[in-house]
Amino acid sequence: MHHPAPSSTETDNASSKKARLGILFFFIYLFFYAGFVVIGVVNYELLAENTIGGLNLATLYGIALIVFAVLLGILYNYLCSRYEDKMNTGGKKI
Amino acid sequence: MIYEISYTAISFFVLFVGIVLWLSFYFARRTKSSASYYAAGGRIHWTVNGIAFAGDYLSAASFLGICGMIAVSGFDGFLYAIGFLAGWIVALFLIAEPFKRLGKYTFTDALNSRFRSRMITLCASISTLIVSIFYLIPQMVGAGDLVTPLLGLPHWVGVLFVGAIVILIVSSAGMTSTTYVQFLKGGLLLVLSTTLTVYILKNGLSLQPDHKGQPYHRFLHLSPQLINKQVQDVGEWKAISQQSAGGNEFVKMEKEGVERWFLLGGQEGNYQLTEVLSISESGSGGLLYNGEPKENAKFFQVGHMSKIIVDGKEVDKTGPLGPFRFLSTIKNSEVMRFNQIKLTDEGKAVSLYVPQVVSGKNFLLPGLKYKIGRGSSVWSKLDFISLMLALFLGTAALPHILIRYYTVHSPRDARKSTILAITAIGLFYLLTLFMGLGAAVNGVLDVESSNMAAPLLARAFGAALFSMISAVAFATILGTVAGLIVASSGAIAHDIMDNYLKLKQTDAQKVRAGKISAMAVGLFAIILGIAFKGMNVSFLVGWAFAIAASANLPAILFLLFWKKTTAKGIGYSIIVGIVSSLTIILTSPTMWGRYGLNPEDAFHKLENPAIISFPLAALTIYLVSALAKKNAVTPAKNDAA
Repeated sequence: MHHPAPSSTETDNASSKKARLGILFFFIYLFFYAGFVVIGVVNYELLAENTIGGLNLATLYGIALIVFAVLLGILYNYLCSRYEDKMNTGGKKI
Repeated sequence: MIYEISYTAISFFVLFVGIVLWLSFYFARRTKSSASYYAAGGRIHWTVNGIAFAGDYLSAASFLGICGMIAVSGFDGFLYAIGFLAGWIVALFLIAEPFKRLGKYTFTDALNSRFRSRMITLCASISTLIVSIFYLIPQMVGAGDLVTPLLGLPHWVGVLFVGAIVILIVSSAGMTSTTYVQFLKGGLLLVLSTTLTVYILKNGLSLQPDHKGQPYHRFLHLSPQLINKQVQDVGEWKAISQQSAGGNEFVKMEKEGVERWFLLGGQEGNYQLTEVLSISESGSGGLLYNGEPKENAKFFQVGHMSKIIVDGKEVDKTGPLGPFRFLSTIKNSEVMRFNQIKLTDEGKAVSLYVPQVVSGKNFLLPGLKYKIGRGSSVWSKLDFISLMLALFLGTAALPHILIRYYTVHSPRDARKSTILAITAIGLFYLLTLFMGLGAAVNGVLDVESSNMAAPLLARAFGAALFSMISAVAFATILGTVAGLIVASSGAIAHDIMDNYLKLKQTDAQKVRAGKISAMAVGLFAIILGIAFKGMNVSFLVGWAFAIAASANLPAILFLLFWKKTTAKGIGYSIIVGIVSSLTIILTSPTMWGRYGLNPEDAFHKLENPAIISFPLAALTIYLVSALAKKNAVTPAKNDAA
């Protein structure tokens, strides 16, 4: 279960691209998270509206935020791994 | 609430604590250096680290606190689950990889990686200590709550017990053992929570949630006559006294020497007295539960559906339900909650727990705790925004979470660990919705402590499940407290003693200093855990998140993403973040109540400080750095965009 001891000298050529992707994904999620808070404060009644499965918007939105975070994380990892494999051509993965 | 000692539970408990201690001593033999003590030598596999991340994060606040708050306050408890998980987005997308590149052992190392500033060292280590201690309080409170039903011991003994075991664990092995304990616990917590949710859905909903050997209490209803608005004797029940509180009329009645409290309802010609639960001071200085000593077991678990509507028809029970059907049925029905009302009777304090019907529609909307709809004010809306902000921004700035990035080999592993953690934590938080609602309607709630909702729900489904859940919950606390104490001891021994005071120490002496610091922090946590008894642990953790978000996150984000950030900017921002968030918390209505004052008289109505303290800290780092351009340092090429 153990890796070799850590090394801090490896270079990651994909770091700036990954950072930009991270910022983009962060703002996408922030938009939906802030949307939930804004609806609650500005138009509370909307949260009581019926949606799919007989759930109200509050419950559906809350569950969707959790599931969305997981899916976005998986997609982020997939894209980052691709950048790393493509840009760190020395065969060294970090 | 009367708790009986369960020997099955004790057996599981002893087994778990035994495994945890064995792991500690096993890894103690490998802990020879400070790298090994604080960061497990950077050798933990990302899958183990990911589940350990989840184990660290799914603390008492998540398992005990969120389930308890959902059970008592409905959707408002689920807000914590949403916010706690959303916080990982900040950690994953903005912090995980660049932070892994910056640091060595601690949060302070990372912040100081470019500046070597003594000011940063001191401020960041103090911030780590304060955040960790605020996070430790709810864990210790939860530990005390858990031990009471498990071992039949008083709350303070539970706190002391956890403190002692954790001090033993941390002072023996450090981060490696903590990681494996968290891995074990995180995995088990997921499996058992899934099992409990399956039980809840299979059981469905019922108006009389009786469980094996534990029939649900039938509340007394009397039909009194009133003369001059005063309730008269009803059969063998003698009316003793009558008074108004919280907008209701309460009557103390006596039968066969036992005094009980009733809520007066109805109208002229059709009055009704409904039994309420009561805890009152007795003449001898002890407490009476429903008018009798605690040992008589006349204080009942509560929480039930008062009306169940399925497909437009009223039913007594539903049978097994699917997840969506379970939620929509509660939404279309009515839930009986129990609100606490305090009053004074003959000079003695009395707490009444009064049944109140809440429509399922309102129970599954924000508003029972955080008022943002009907009955809201500017303060209550600000409080809601502030809470959601703190939960979103706090996770990525928690020192005991940040140090876990150093236990893996590479930034790539740090990222993969984080994603595995998000998946595991996300699944768990979805389950908390069902566990919390299940506890709300299955007649298992202890009105004295919402924190016990999930374990007590498990007990309704069988001793074995209760035993395992309780043992894992206890291990949850052990692991989280251990992680927090490692982070705190790192702040004292590594950051302050080694880096700030520049004490000349060998590696072995550094590890010893860390262990002694761990003991000191552990003892302090024990005292605070006893002092904060009775508070919901999620609510307390919300404060830790707010302090972390205010003190640490602006410093981390500006360091990673703004080239003109200066050491002074970071230092002052941490100070402003700590001082402003602590000031708001210590002058909040809740703390006012804790001081024995009237919460209404508090300086302000804000319970969560982040909405003020986070922008203040961010503004500080910007202004101080902008004014001190001379000291600006350019970030290394590969650190961040």
